[in-house]
Amino acid sequence: MSFPLIFERSRKGRRGLKLVKEVPRAEAYIPQAFLRQDPPRLPEVDELTLVRHYTGLSRRQVGVDTTFYPLGSCTMKYNPKLHEEAVHLFAYLHPYQDPQTVQGALQLMWELGEYLKAITGMDEITLQPAAGAHGELTGILIIRAYHEDRGEGKERRLVLVPDSAHGSNPATASMAGYEVKEVPSGPDGEVDLEALKRELGPHVAAIMLTNPNTLGLFERRILEISRLAKEAGVQLYYDGANLNAIMGWARPGDMGFDVVHLNLHKTFTVPHGGGGPGSGPVGVKAHLAPYLPVPTVARGEEGFYLDFQRPKSIGRVRSFYGNFLALVRAWVYIRTLGLEGLKKAAALSVLNARYLKELLKEKGFRVPYDAPCMHEFVAQPPQGFRALDLAKGLLELGFHPPTVYFPLIVKEALMVEPTETEGKETLEAFAEALGELLQKPKEWLEGAPYSTPVRRLDELRANRSPKLTYFDE
Amino acid sequence: MDIPKDRFYTKSHEWALPEGDTVLVGITDYAQDALGDVVYVELPEVGRKVEKGEAVAVVESVKTASDIYAPVAGEVVEVNAALEKTPELINQDPYGEGWIFRLRPLDMGHLDDLLDADGYAEALESEA
Ligand SMILES: Cc1ncc(COP(=O)(O)O)c(C=O)c1O
Repeated sequence: MSFPLIFERSRKGRRGLKLVKEVPRAEAYIPQAFLRQDPPRLPEVDELTLVRHYTGLSRRQVGVDTTFYPLGSCTMKYNPKLHEEAVHLFAYLHPYQDPQTVQGALQLMWELGEYLKAITGMDEITLQPAAGAHGELTGILIIRAYHEDRGEGKERRLVLVPDSAHGSNPATASMAGYEVKEVPSGPDGEVDLEALKRELGPHVAAIMLTNPNTLGLFERRILEISRLAKEAGVQLYYDGANLNAIMGWARPGDMGFDVVHLNLHKTFTVPHGGGGPGSGPVGVKAHLAPYLPVPTVARGEEGFYLDFQRPKSIGRVRSFYGNFLALVRAWVYIRTLGLEGLKKAAALSVLNARYLKELLKEKGFRVPYDAPCMHEFVAQPPQGFRALDLAKGLLELGFHPPTVYFPLIVKEALMVEPTETEGKETLEAFAEALGELLQKPKEWLEGAPYSTPVRRLDELRANRSPKLTYFDE
Repeated sequence: MDIPKDRFYTKSHEWALPEGDTVLVGITDYAQDALGDVVYVELPEVGRKVEKGEAVAVVESVKTASDIYAPVAGEVVEVNAALEKTPELINQDPYGEGWIFRLRPLDMGHLDDLLDADGYAEALESEA
């Protein structure tokens, strides 16, 4: 079913609205040298065409509001609609307003910071980073500034990451100027302690871990790991992508982590829709606080203010207040659930994953590291089936597929994260669907999906020669 | 799975083919199959000195990105520039046109520490 692009709906001279007042001309404000010569080629459509276009697109979309979305490592939980009400209350603030006139917004940021510090066990926090990977970069730059400040910047040039890590971990370390070394996982899927010991030393700046790890397993030797890191002067970085499993029950700060990033768009119900905007706050222990980005929100005698007093700061990492409306949603989520509610959400996310794992095993799927999992697990299809075909087949049956081919240490990996917001019936229907796919002829699987708005995409061409603009030049 | 007998192998699925005082390095048929369609290859700089086991190149496929390690210590003396435009050579001809770089080993004798075709076939068995 082909669906035109908004550019193809464009008709010369069509307008969606009429400006009643004369608007100021750009020439009055912008020097001639910076003014564009030709008008931008915007699509010209009337309001109804516009509404039909985007409503039409939204109806062709698969999302958590339409179906089960067990995309491992992404925590695609339901995003309560209540949060959007709260967002409307703040939608008309301007980032250049005098802080005195936005005290409520600053208070919300300050309180959210306090809640997140309490949940993670950290001493100070920045809300600026715009996503998880951005939080990682911020955190590793803070660690680098710390080592440099202590005169160990030159010597400590290596960052250790497990072989099960998300690609953004080594990418972050490398962007921050570090060499990256992989540490193998042991036969139980957890960090191999002996291998880690061999790598640790005065040349190492940081270890990046997530706990539970990307196999969905809790790193049981985390206290031993953090002791070894501390002895070697190595900073321990917590990738918060998997916090959903332990929120309210265990704190990275108590496990010995020095830096934590959170993905508010995973754990704290900020929508991932369209890839953002996300939010990746970074919490640090006191010894790293001098290097946090400026400004932070502080509370003084005359109310809340933006605090720029941090001479050793790594500087700003994001304009204005970060993705402020993402912060509003996270604040409402935490206030709605409270500590008991957050704990229950975490517990149910684990229970759902464990139940679904058993259902999939009954259907013939293998689980290579089959210990009691946390909020997600990694399964393999029976011999002869490809994860990609099953993912496409699931789309045909009306489900969003799980993450595939990650973590890299499991072949044909299907990484399943049901989250706490799904009921038992949904989990069972999903397991039935996967079981059904195993009964399908090979040709059927290789051709799926059939009835979706677009069929199987040409991933190869999309990667080799992506075309991202409508106009040719 | 094709495993030619004329060359050496590593557990991380590189092959090393001696030619005079240099070795040609690429990835095995098994590796290209596991990676899937290759979309991009990041080549090293000619002249770079590398340790055994050091990540020298990166092969990116639709599924994943994978480091390619130096099978022995030495110096990079040539890279397969054709891969910049046609990375699919790695899928089409992993043991020939799809070679990735050429090393001049510190010591050709180090090649004896690597696996031969039978050894590599065994390593694959135990991995499956
Ligand atoms: C384990 C892990 N770490 C880091 C990230 C990066 O987070 P973001 O996508 O918010 O940049 C992800 C994202 O999926 C992840 O799964």
